[in-house]
Amino acid sequence: MSTLAKNRIVGTSVPRKEGVDKLRGTARYVDDIQREGMWHGATVRSAVPRGLIRSIGFDGKIDWSEFTVVTAADIPGENHIQMIVTDQPCLADGQVNHCEEAILLIAHPDKHKVREAANAVHVEYELMPPVFTVEESEKQQTVIWGADNCFKNFQLDKGDVDSAWSHAAHIVEGEYRTGAQEHLYIENNGVIAEYSAEIGVTVWGSLQCPFYVHKSLLAVFNLPPEKVHVVQTETGGAFGGKEDYPSVIASHAALLAMKCGHPVKMVYDRIEDLAATTKRHPSRVRHRTALDANGKLLAMEIDIATDGGAYSTLSSTVLSRATLHSPGPYVCPNVRIRSHAWATNTVPYGAFRGFGAPQTVFAVERHMDEIAAVIGIDPVELRRRNFIHQGETTATEQLMREPVILNKLLDRALAESNYYAMRAQFAKDNASRAIKRGMGIAAFYHGSGFTGSGERYLNSLAGIDVTADRKVRVLVSSTEFGQGTNTVLTQVAAESLGLDYDDVVMAPPDTGIVPNSGPTVASRTAMVIGRLIERASQQLLFTLHEQAGLPEQFSRQQFFSACEQLRKTAGEVVSLCRYEAPPGIFWDDQKYRGEAYPAFAWSVHVAQVAVDTITYSAEVEEFWSTQEAGRIIHPVLATGQIEGGIAQGIGYALYEKVVLQNGRMANNQMTNYIMPTAEDVPPIHVFWEELPFEHGGFGAKGIGELPHDGPAPAILNAIRDAIGVSFNSIPLLPEDLFAKLSVERKVEEPATV
Amino acid sequence: MSAATKIQLNVNGANLTVNAPPMKRLLDVLREDLHLTGTKEGCGEGECGSCSIRMNGDLVNSCLVPVLQAANTKIETVEGLACDGVLHPLQQAFLQCGGAQCGICTPGMLMAAKHLLVHNPHPTITEIREGLAGNLCRCTGFMRIFESVLSAATSTTQETHAR
Amino acid sequence: MRGNAAEHELVAPGSLPAVLDLLANSPGQWTPIAGGTELMVAFAAGRLTASRLVSLWGIDELRFTDARPDKLIIGAGTTFGDLRANSIVAADFPLLDKAASWIGSIANQTRATLGGNLVNGSPAADSSPALLVYDAEIELISVRGKRCMPYSEFHTGYKQNAMTADELLYSVHLRRRFANHRQYIRKVGTRRAMAISKVALGATALINDGVIEEIRIAAASLSTYPARLVKTEAALLGHSPCPNLIDIARKGLLAEAQPIDDIRSNAQYRKSVGANLLEEFLRSQHSESAVQ
Repeated sequence: MSTLAKNRIVGTSVPRKEGVDKLRGTARYVDDIQREGMWHGATVRSAVPRGLIRSIGFDGKIDWSEFTVVTAADIPGENHIQMIVTDQPCLADGQVNHCEEAILLIAHPDKHKVREAANAVHVEYELMPPVFTVEESEKQQTVIWGADNCFKNFQLDKGDVDSAWSHAAHIVEGEYRTGAQEHLYIENNGVIAEYSAEIGVTVWGSLQCPFYVHKSLLAVFNLPPEKVHVVQTETGGAFGGKEDYPSVIASHAALLAMKCGHPVKMVYDRIEDLAATTKRHPSRVRHRTALDANGKLLAMEIDIATDGGAYSTLSSTVLSRATLHSPGPYVCPNVRIRSHAWATNTVPYGAFRGFGAPQTVFAVERHMDEIAAVIGIDPVELRRRNFIHQGETTATEQLMREPVILNKLLDRALAESNYYAMRAQFAKDNASRAIKRGMGIAAFYHGSGFTGSGERYLNSLAGIDVTADRKVRVLVSSTEFGQGTNTVLTQVAAESLGLDYDDVVMAPPDTGIVPNSGPTVASRTAMVIGRLIERASQQLLFTLHEQAGLPEQFSRQQFFSACEQLRKTAGEVVSLCRYEAPPGIFWDDQKYRGEAYPAFAWSVHVAQVAVDTITYSAEVEEFWSTQEAGRIIHPVLATGQIEGGIAQGIGYALYEKVVLQNGRMANNQMTNYIMPTAEDVPPIHVFWEELPFEHGGFGAKGIGELPHDGPAPAILNAIRDAIGVSFNSIPLLPEDLFAKLSVERKVEEPATV
Repeated sequence: MSAATKIQLNVNGANLTVNAPPMKRLLDVLREDLHLTGTKEGCGEGECGSCSIRMNGDLVNSCLVPVLQAANTKIETVEGLACDGVLHPLQQAFLQCGGAQCGICTPGMLMAAKHLLVHNPHPTITEIREGLAGNLCRCTGFMRIFESVLSAATSTTQETHAR
Repeated sequence: MRGNAAEHELVAPGSLPAVLDLLANSPGQWTPIAGGTELMVAFAAGRLTASRLVSLWGIDELRFTDARPDKLIIGAGTTFGDLRANSIVAADFPLLDKAASWIGSIANQTRATLGGNLVNGSPAADSSPALLVYDAEIELISVRGKRCMPYSEFHTGYKQNAMTADELLYSVHLRRRFANHRQYIRKVGTRRAMAISKVALGATALINDGVIEEIRIAAASLSTYPARLVKTEAALLGHSPCPNLIDIARKGLLAEAQPIDDIRSNAQYRKSVGANLLEEFLRSQHSESAVQ
């Protein structure tokens, strides 16, 4: 059992493991890499949201003999991208179901010529009626996917919701909407692929999950596992946008490499990446809530609808997390949740930090403030009366075994932000000012790791080995993309083995070298993989004690000598461990009941927002975040995750809008997709409470996604506080504020400045 | 239509000649002709700043500079920050304060930060915000970057920054 | 990156006379490129139709400021960074100084030129409202000589201007007579930096004995090209800034403005906020500080 006592390496802010390379500009991202004889690939994409492909014409102005062209007919294995289901074609074959769907691929040694050629392919379509909204899809009048347009649905029931309405003192309803959001990693998607009969397929690329790509390539190429190699290159940001999409671009580049006989690089420019790759699922969430006279929750009825785009990709798992986070960190005896992921003829939506939780946490935390307003209770107090505590059960009847310190987190957030005093001051000042200020809060949890039996299913394998030149290598397929995987896992190994931080390195993220420790998603790495590295380290020490004469107290020298001793007898020095579920984790996938997550991270956000009634702009002036996420392995990295996640959440709430026209992203340039700059982000104050989680690496729980859940509701709650008008839809742009305010005439005329 | 032309550049102190079409972006010349891949392309529109370099002491987005316009100029890229293997104070500060996460915005961010400190050795946070407003970072939320720049500012002299 | 450098010719004659000769000999053939902050974006997006470009970068004859007792003359090749560093601009033309700070980022200000901003002629151009309310004059040049016109006559339509095929924008003249004017400029963008204008409003007014003796109002994105709101001005001229006048001003702007819906914003919002900005300016005349 890990305690807070050890702090030689774990718990300290050591230098980022790959930091020097990044700072010197010597880190090699995929577009920095050339392979000898490399060609360039381009994709011809659908111009229509739905239709049959009637013909494909190749313009005579191009000498096509120079080019390699790949269509669905060239696929040796299955024409699908292996995700959870296999509905998404690798290349469209006869029909397209979204704008920008890949139809064919072209390769050429000259990257200018290949683009020119792609523009010289003329596709003719027979249009079919598209479906663009959840509302249209759920009507099922035009069926565009499966039998009923529904990728997935869940039903979650606790207690008896219908019994509660009649004796409720209050019933409050609300509808909340969230828009699509683009990851906007500063490095676009890109891969280089090679093919040979002897070696098979090799792909180097910007990606989160080498073995996801590996699995997908197996299907496309019909090759055995040892003939597919996937290597992650230094990755310039991901946020979930490189969880599933790389399987698509990797398949494309590899097919071209196979057919043209040369390595092929495919790196998207920003215009293509924005238009053609995954984004966060839009959502519509409806709440109907029964409360007693004291504001205690009696029943929650929640209806969730997500827009999954044209193919299911990860819609079912996103919906699952959305469902499980929708009731908020509250205890409620009666809960009914119905959720659906619907198909539309838009670019498939996929994984994005938070993975369904930002959508439904927005809804429930806005709804709590609406409830507070309706029944006349302070929104803070309303939450306190309903927070879940250790020993109570969640909506899935999971017994909350871990301590829940929400009240403490809330106390701290309120104190640090001077919440009550500031609100009182604003209430006084706002009447005479054009800029009106308010404070808002959000309280939430984020389930760490895969849902339910997910981790068992992943069955991750991870560990360490020791090289002859005295380096310990961490063997994982968990990847670094800025969040600190390399640093945290090497810290864990170094601490567990009693070595120095510099003694430990990461093995290359190459499926031919490392075991499958599962995808780098779901905030699972420090907790689940960290624990595996801890165990593997302990296991190695045990072996060294038993078989190589390593004494109980040992020096670094002695450690490495013992390793050499072991190498002589065992041939190698390696220690791998498989995932073991914490005891008592039971999850019923049919009834959606049981232990949804092995651990929860908890957080409270407070936002101070200024609404300019002259321009209708809302800006976050300051932001506070308190959280508990187990043991913090690296304070600077952890705080960096919170700050970065909050900045993205602020973008999600107030700046980032995906504008669709005919199912295509019309604002697919950085000048028109707006994220906050260094002048827009407010001061962000981060405060930690640490309660080690027994089954996480050195007590860690997940951190990465937690901070993206809170900002949007906190901000919109603050806006309500500032101007007394409720907004229930994000992104909330000045035009949206203007539209509602000019109708409601709630805003006073701008007073003398 | 446009043949390659010989263009002289001084890059990180070295006099170099490239043979490139005049309209080729300075960014592409650095990355492809000179194999200095530290400078990155994030958007191609001058919005993200990951291609930021210094040209004759000015901060510019190299994706917007045709190489002909960079002829006979003094170019500084991230590769020129460290000296004889010793990290520049900014690089050291970023390492200590967590100013780099995924690292793709980092080269441009460092050049913009260097540019700021050359002109304003002791900037306020407001001045740092403005100086870095053209460099988008999606990972950090900018807080650690501000701290890194403040840390570098307090620990060095102007002479060092102008290096 | 969708542009192919090999498909574009770029020459740098290096002097103003040489550039003018080129333009005269092949009128309409050569597209001038200064800092490239507009054209290189189009190039990378595969939208640069100009196949022959002539570089104005590095031509000192275009990049100058000439401060005279009665006027400031700014060469078209002056960058926004140059403008921000110029003490006369800061003292005499604070609205232009402010507008210069709105251009993109520091890196974009280093390269974007005043001439480029005007010739590109976007209705959202950052420098236009300031120049209009300072009653700027522009000077055009060709092999045939120089000619001047009020800047307000330069733009003739959406991204169209009064230059002939062989002309270059040479300089902008600003009369140094606004020391006693009330001055206002404000931009509403998508964020605090690196933002294209949704709407912006500039105003200068000379108020003596409580009466508006002069007033100039110009906006960004309230018409297809940068222009003054002359009807609104006329309704205010000769009156006192009082609450009743604010109503007239708002109504005037709402009637005169013709914004559009586009990817960044919509017409209704632009008009309303434009009216709010005008109101903000007029209300501020009660206070002592003249410049917002």
